[in-house]
Amino acid sequence: MDSSTGLLTLPGRTFLHFLTYLGQLAALMGDLLLAVRSRVWRLKLVAQQIVAIGYGSQAVVIVTGAFTGAVFTFQSYAKFKEFGFETTVGAVVSVALCRELGPVLAGLMVAGRVGAAMAADIGTMKVTEQVDALRVMGVHPVDYLVLPRFLAMMISMPFLVAESISFGLIASYLVTSVGYDMPSSWYLTHMIDHTNMEDLSIGMIKGFVFGMLITLISCHQGLAAENGAVGVGLGTTRAVVISSLVLLIVNFFLSILLNYVFPIGSV
Amino acid sequence: MAATSTVGTNPPAAPNGAAEVFIELRDLHKRFGKQEILCGIDLKLYHGETLCIIGPSGEGKTVTMKHIIGLIRPDAGDVYVAGMHVNRLGEREMAPIRQKVSMLFQGAALFDRMTVEENVAFPLWESGVRDRKEIKQRVLEALEAVDLAEHLDKYPTSLSGGMRKRTGIARAIICRSECILYDEPNSGLDPIGSDIIDQMILRMQRRFGVTSIIVTHDMRSTFKIANRVAMLYRGKIHFLGTPDELRASPDPIVQDFINGRSDVTG
Repeated sequence: MDSSTGLLTLPGRTFLHFLTYLGQLAALMGDLLLAVRSRVWRLKLVAQQIVAIGYGSQAVVIVTGAFTGAVFTFQSYAKFKEFGFETTVGAVVSVALCRELGPVLAGLMVAGRVGAAMAADIGTMKVTEQVDALRVMGVHPVDYLVLPRFLAMMISMPFLVAESISFGLIASYLVTSVGYDMPSSWYLTHMIDHTNMEDLSIGMIKGFVFGMLITLISCHQGLAAENGAVGVGLGTTRAVVISSLVLLIVNFFLSILLNYVFPIGSV
Repeated sequence: MAATSTVGTNPPAAPNGAAEVFIELRDLHKRFGKQEILCGIDLKLYHGETLCIIGPSGEGKTVTMKHIIGLIRPDAGDVYVAGMHVNRLGEREMAPIRQKVSMLFQGAALFDRMTVEENVAFPLWESGVRDRKEIKQRVLEALEAVDLAEHLDKYPTSLSGGMRKRTGIARAIICRSECILYDEPNSGLDPIGSDIIDQMILRMQRRFGVTSIIVTHDMRSTFKIANRVAMLYRGKIHFLGTPDELRASPDPIVQDFINGRSDVTG
């Protein structure tokens, strides 16, 4: 095949690779549903994963949420003051954190920290034949390796998103009250008046969806690892990159969809 | 001995006199990318016998073994284990076969995060045994059979190569499988470590009547433990017979391989 033919067929081949990848993810999701149907939960493994995913990710999620809330408030306060709207900072930051920044930043941090660990863990087991050993002992790898991680992620993610939002709001409040001497009642009144359960629900739903996507993508990369340490490294990198990009793209469409269900400023 | 003359001939009866076929491969073909690894393998294994598969590296010995337990699916051909058609079963339908057949991997494939005891207990727990006393007792029995009862609490990373393989054997025998597949059990071991593994395999056969397939390059070990030997060469079974027939074979390819002469792959 000469180079011009190669270039011409490149979009087609890329599209085929993309479809193949989607098919593999769908197959993994199908296996996961079969694993759920088998109702073998392996609670000890789920608990271990909750510690690794939920407990272990708190620091990064809290720091990310807090400093994002702080810097967002710092920047927006100055601009809002020009128009005399500085008291509305609390409302704007709160809605932005609940609907977008909280879940997206928590998701990106978890994709980096947990997604990489999932892909590396499972990938190492794959290339050292531990996954085959599971199969030989009659244990489906999805039941043993993916389902506990999936359940742990579903349980942990809402808490991590809530922490990200909460610490973002606390930091925002401190910036306005300590940094700008704004009376705390102004900040709190506007924040409470303009933030409702729908905003929080959007954050939680997004956290759930992001958690599912990160687990699915990362475990798939781990189970697909080949060629020893190089393959594991490649799978780990791909898990983080694909999870992060998919999360940002899905977030856009999810925001549009959820805005129909829970319109902003509806209350 | 000609390549085709040995394929399909009547093998000797299994050591215990039983003639029932336990594993059968029919016209097995497998290709990875452009490389054809298996080009029509026909093989029968009888209850209670020990078959060694030998042959140059990259000829598909491990691939053949992995077909038997359903880790790899053939492009063409059929695999039967205990009357079950392996390549027609889905991954979740393999349980009955994997209760009958277990496997020792080349690197033992022990779970890094589990101790020796947990590794050996794993298949029992997963098969539904919940009585901790029974599990403990059977783990100890299995580890005593491989002389590792004093290393219960060690992690795989702190074991030597031989100890890892023996732990793998303990894990393979704990569910009392009818057949054990060994993938290069002697590789990377010193002569004494290698002999210990051979003794383990012989003990499994004598004490539990286990049917065994051993993929190996170790001719000393092959002559010691095999009832029959199959030599894979260029994707086909080039020789099938007893160790004595192997020794006496006039086939230059067979002789070059068993005597370690390098022109075998030329």
